[in-house]
Amino acid sequence: MAQVKERYVGQSVKRKEDAELITGQGRYTEDISIPGMLWMSVVRSPFANARIRSVDLSKARVMDGVVAAFSGKDLAGDWAAPMLMAWPVTEDIKNPPHWPLTQDIARYQGDGVAVVVAESRAAAADAAEAVEVDYEPLDPAVDMEAAIADGAPLVHEDIGTNKSYTWTLTNGDPDKVFADAPVVVKERYVIQRQIPNAIEPRAVLVQPSPAQGEFTMWSATQIPHIVRVAMTITTGIPESKLRIIAPKVGGGFGSKLQVYPEEALCLALAKRLGRAVKWVETRSENYLATHHGRDQIQEIEFAADEDGKIRGYRCRILTNMGAYLMIITPGTPLLGAFLYCGPYGGEAYHVEFTGVFTNTTPTDAYRGAGRPEATYAVERTMDALARRVGKDPVEIRRINFIPPFTEPTPSPGGLTLDSGNYAATLDRALELAGYEDLRKEQRARREQGTVKQIGIGFSTYLEMCGLAPSRVLSALRYAAGGWDAATVRLLPTGKVVVIVGTTPHGQSHVTTFAQIVADDLGVPVDDVEVLYGDTQLAPLGMDTYGSRSLAVGGVAVHRAAQKVVAKVRKIAAHELEVAEEDLEYEGGRFAVKGAPDRAKTVGELGFSAWTAHNLPDGLEPGVEETAVYDAQNFVFPYGAHICAVEVDTETGKVDVLKYVAVDDVGTIINPQVVDGQVVGGVVQGIAEALYEQAVYDENGQLLTSSMTNYEIPAAPDVPEIAVGRSETPSTTNELGVKGVGETGTIASPPAVVNAVIDALSPLGVTDIGRPMSPERVWRTIRDAKEGGAR
Amino acid sequence: MIPAAFEYERAESVDQAVQLLGEHEDAKLLAGGHSLLPLMRLRLARPSLLVDIDRLSDLEYVREAGDTIEIGALARMSDLATDQTLWKHCPLLAHVCGEVGDPQVRHRATIGGSVAHGDPASDPPTALLTLDAVLVVRGPSGERTVPAKSFFTSVFETDLGPQDVLTAVRVPKLASGTGWSYQKFHRRAIDWAIVGVAAVVERDDGHLKRAAVGLTNMGSTPLRASGVESALAGAEAAPQALAAAAEHAPEGTAPVSDTNASAEYRTELSKILVRRALEEALAR
Ligand SMILES: Cc1cc2nc3c(=O)[nH]c(=O)nc-3n(C[C@H](O)[C@H](O)[C@H](O)COP(=O)(O)OP(=O)(O)OC[C@H]3O[C@@H](n4cnc5c(N)ncnc54)[C@H](O)[C@@H]3O)c2cc1C
Repeated sequence: MAQVKERYVGQSVKRKEDAELITGQGRYTEDISIPGMLWMSVVRSPFANARIRSVDLSKARVMDGVVAAFSGKDLAGDWAAPMLMAWPVTEDIKNPPHWPLTQDIARYQGDGVAVVVAESRAAAADAAEAVEVDYEPLDPAVDMEAAIADGAPLVHEDIGTNKSYTWTLTNGDPDKVFADAPVVVKERYVIQRQIPNAIEPRAVLVQPSPAQGEFTMWSATQIPHIVRVAMTITTGIPESKLRIIAPKVGGGFGSKLQVYPEEALCLALAKRLGRAVKWVETRSENYLATHHGRDQIQEIEFAADEDGKIRGYRCRILTNMGAYLMIITPGTPLLGAFLYCGPYGGEAYHVEFTGVFTNTTPTDAYRGAGRPEATYAVERTMDALARRVGKDPVEIRRINFIPPFTEPTPSPGGLTLDSGNYAATLDRALELAGYEDLRKEQRARREQGTVKQIGIGFSTYLEMCGLAPSRVLSALRYAAGGWDAATVRLLPTGKVVVIVGTTPHGQSHVTTFAQIVADDLGVPVDDVEVLYGDTQLAPLGMDTYGSRSLAVGGVAVHRAAQKVVAKVRKIAAHELEVAEEDLEYEGGRFAVKGAPDRAKTVGELGFSAWTAHNLPDGLEPGVEETAVYDAQNFVFPYGAHICAVEVDTETGKVDVLKYVAVDDVGTIINPQVVDGQVVGGVVQGIAEALYEQAVYDENGQLLTSSMTNYEIPAAPDVPEIAVGRSETPSTTNELGVKGVGETGTIASPPAVVNAVIDALSPLGVTDIGRPMSPERVWRTIRDAKEGGAR
Repeated sequence: MIPAAFEYERAESVDQAVQLLGEHEDAKLLAGGHSLLPLMRLRLARPSLLVDIDRLSDLEYVREAGDTIEIGALARMSDLATDQTLWKHCPLLAHVCGEVGDPQVRHRATIGGSVAHGDPASDPPTALLTLDAVLVVRGPSGERTVPAKSFFTSVFETDLGPQDVLTAVRVPKLASGTGWSYQKFHRRAIDWAIVGVAAVVERDDGHLKRAAVGLTNMGSTPLRASGVESALAGAEAAPQALAAAAEHAPEGTAPVSDTNASAEYRTELSKILVRRALEEALAR
C-alpha cells in the first residue's frame, strides 16, 4: 500500500465523480432496461377537486401494446396501508389516507386516478389518453386563508376542517415581554410556493423475481432506505424481499426526499403482472405530481428596546400542506421553528404553526426546508426594526448578535448552539463587498436621480442542520431515527472500500468521504472507493437530506476508519512484539516509540489480517468495521450575505450587481465542493427572490406548468458569487464539521429583497412581495410615487 | 411529453414538399422543429404527417440582390446573427436573430419557421415587419410574394395556406447612417419578449426623415406603432420629442395578460421601450 505524507482534508481534491458524469457514462434509472419490461403511465385528474363518478378503461385495454389498466378502486385491495406519513407533529393531527391512486375524489390537479401498463412508453401514453373518467367537478379550496374561513370547500370532507394541526413552541414569557417593550415591530410576509426542478425527473423501475417473491426497485430517490420501509408498510411486501437501488440521481433538492405513489404503483403492478414495470416522469408531470415547496403566510413581531436591542420574538404562521400529507409534509415548516430569532439574543420566544389543506399539489421539503422561511421572516424584520429605531442594517445586527462563543450556548429559540462568531462573518463580508464604495455609488446615483438605482441588502443567518439527534426527533414526534452508518473494509491488497448509508445525488460524497478515510488510514485518496445507494450493499442508512451527510454520515465514516486503525494496531503490536501503548501512529504507519524504523503500515497489517497466519490470540481475521453515529446535537452553520442590486426604476427590472457570501460551516473537507454548494444554493435563493413562483388560478389550475413560464434562471441571469468563509469547528462532532448543502438557499432570499427595498427606500418603500418580478417592482414604485403625491 | 402517433416523410425539394402537403390532411412542415416539436410533445399539435424540409440546404443562404437582401427560409438564427452581409445592410435583423432563445435554440431555429409559426411573442417577425420585408411563398399554383404587413393575420395564423411553403424572405437594404435598435424586455436571457420594440430611423440634420417602429407581443400579431411613427414624422431628434412620440406606443395594441405580465404593465413597458429604442437608434 502506498504511503502518503500529505493530508487530504482541507484540499480541493478534484471530484472523483466528474469523469463519469461529464462523459455521459453515469447510469440513471431511465438508462436501465430489463428484457420484457413494461411501461406505466398514470392518468391524472385535470381538476383540483372532483368526485370520480366512473372510470372507463375499456378503450385503453384493447389498444395495441396495452397489457393492463386499473382504476384506483381496482387496486384498492393491493394496499396494506396508505402512503406513509412519518411526521405526525401533534397528537391530534389530521392525516386523511393518501392512497397511491385515489378512489373516490381527486384532490388536486395531477392526483393519480388510474394507470395503464403497455409494451412501450408511447403505447402507455396513448392508452392513458384513452381512459375515460367521468368527473363531477367540486368547488376547490385553493387560497390558504380562504380555506380556513367558515364555509370553505373541504379538501377532505370526512375530517370536517381544512386545518391539519396547530403546533406551538414557547420559551420565556412572551406576553409579558411584549407588553413591557417600548418598541414592537410587526410584519406580514408571504412565502410563495415553489416547484423543485431537479435536472433528472423522477423515474422508477421494478423487477420482480416471482419464484422468490423478491423485488428490486431502482428509483431516482434521495432515500432508498426510507423508501424500503415505507414500501413494506404500503404494499405489505416483506422488507427482507425488497431491495431498493438509487443509481446515479440527477439532483433532488428535497423533491426526492419523498416516497411517491408511482413507487408503490410500479411495485404493485410488477407483483400483479410478474413482469418488470418502469415509469419515467415527464417534466409536465414533475410540475403537477412531484411535491412543491415553501408556501407560508407569516406574521412576525419583535419586541425591542428603544435602541433596537431585541427582547422577544413572536410569530404565527399558516403553512400550506397541499391536498395530502406526504412523508414529512407537516414537519417540514417546523425545521425552521427554532430559528425565528436568527443568530440574535432575547429572552422570550413564541411560534405557532397551522398546517392547512388545500386542493393543490402536496408540499414537502425543498432545499432548506423551513429554514429559508424562518430566515426570511427574521432578516426582513431586522431591517424593519432598524428603520423603526433609526439604525443602519449593519448596526442593528451587531448589537443583537449573540457574542462569540466556543462552548455550547443557548438561543432564544431553545437550541443549544455549537460554536459561533457571528460578527466575524459580517466583518469579512463587508470587506469583500467593498461596502463603503457601494454606499458611495448609491449616494451618487441618488443625487443624480439616475434611472438605475442601487440597493444593498443583508442577511446574517443562523441555521440548524445535520438531521438529526434521534432523541430530539422522538421529542418532535418524528417516526424514525436520525443516525447514520458507514463500513470501512481493508482489502488484502491495500485498497479500501467504504460503504455509506447516506445517498449522494450531487453532493460529492465519493470524493469527500474518501478524503476523510485517506487521512485516517494514511492511504492515497484514489485507493479509497466509496459505495452507496443500495439497501443490499449498505443495509444501514438514513440517506441524504437536511445537510446531514457529512455532519452525521461523515462522522460515521471517520469512526469506522478509527475502528479499523484500532484493530490493526493490535496486529502491529503483535508483529512488532511491543505493547500497543508503545506504538506511535501517524500517516498510516505504526512505529515503535524510540525506534522509528521498526514499523508497519496499515496496508501491510491488512494483508496480515487477511492471511491470518499470525494474529494475536482471539482476534478475528479480516478488517471490516462498521460505525453507526447518532449525534447528540444539531450543527449550526451561520454567515453573512450581502447583495447589491440595480433597479431600473422605470421598468422595475432588478439586476444583481454583486453577491457576497461568507459562511462558517465548521471544518472544511474540500473547499471547492463547499464553494459549489454555496454558489448553487445562492443561485437558487436568488431565483426564489426574483424569479420562481408556482401560480394557481382560482380553480386550482396550475398556470406555471412548464419551464416556459415557471422562471428558473440560468447562468447568464445570475452574477458571479463571491465566496468567503470563516472556519469555527463545531463542538457537536469530532470532525468539527457543519452542513453546507442548504446555507445558500437559507441565507440569500432576504438579502436580495432587502437590497431592492433599500434601493427604493427614498420613495418610502418598506415592503415588497416576492418573487420580485419586474411588474411587481414596477407596481411597488408606482404605488409609492402615487402615495407620496397624495 | 410523448407526441401522438404521426407519419414522417423527408422532402427532397420544395415542390415535393408542396405535393406531400396536398396528399394528407393535417400535414405539417418540419424545419428546425423548435416550435413545432414542443407543441407535439405536449399533444397540443397532432399533425398526421410531418414533411421534413430541414435538410433542404439550398434554402440556407443570405444573398444580395440589388437593393434587397434575400434570405433562404432555412437559414438558422445562429448563422444570421453572425452574417457579415446582413450586418452590413440590415444590422437590425442580424441583431434580433441573435436575441432569440439561447445558442442551442439558435442553431436549430430557422427564419422561415419563425415567420410561418406566427407567434406574436417572436422577435424576428417584428424586425421583418419594421423593415417592410417581403415573403416569398411557393404553393400548388406557383410562387407569390406577400408583404410582411399583410402576412401575419392572428395568433399562430398567417397568410400561408395548408399547402404553402415559405421559401425566402426579402429585406430592403438600409441606407447607410440609418439608426436602429431592438429593445427586448424579458426576465431571463432565454425568455421570449414580454414586450419588444424594433426601431429604424433615418435622420436629416437634426430631424427625423423616416421612422419605423414595430412591437413584439403587444397584440395577436407583430404590430407597427403607427401612432408613434406619425408623431415622429419630421420631428426634432431631441429627447422631449421622442418621449412625446413614445406615449403613442399603445395606440392600436391589444396586449394579453399572463403569468409574466399584465396587459397594463405591457402597455406601460411599450412606451418606455419605444422611447429607449428611439434614443438608441438615434445614438447609432
Ligand atoms: C427554448 C426556446 C426559446 C425560444 N426563444 C425564442 C425567442 O426568444 N424569440 C423567438 O423569436 N423565438 C424563440 N424561440 C422559437 C424559435 O425561434 C423557433 O423554433 C423558431 O422561431 C421556429 O423555427 P423552426 O425552424 O424551429 O420551426 P419549426 O418548429 O420546425 O416549425 C414551426 C412552424 O412553422 C411551420 N414551418 C416551418 N418552416 C416553414 C416554411 N419554410 N414554410 C411554411 N411553414 C413552415 C411548421 O410547419 C410549424 O407549423 C424559442 C424556442 C425555444 C425552444
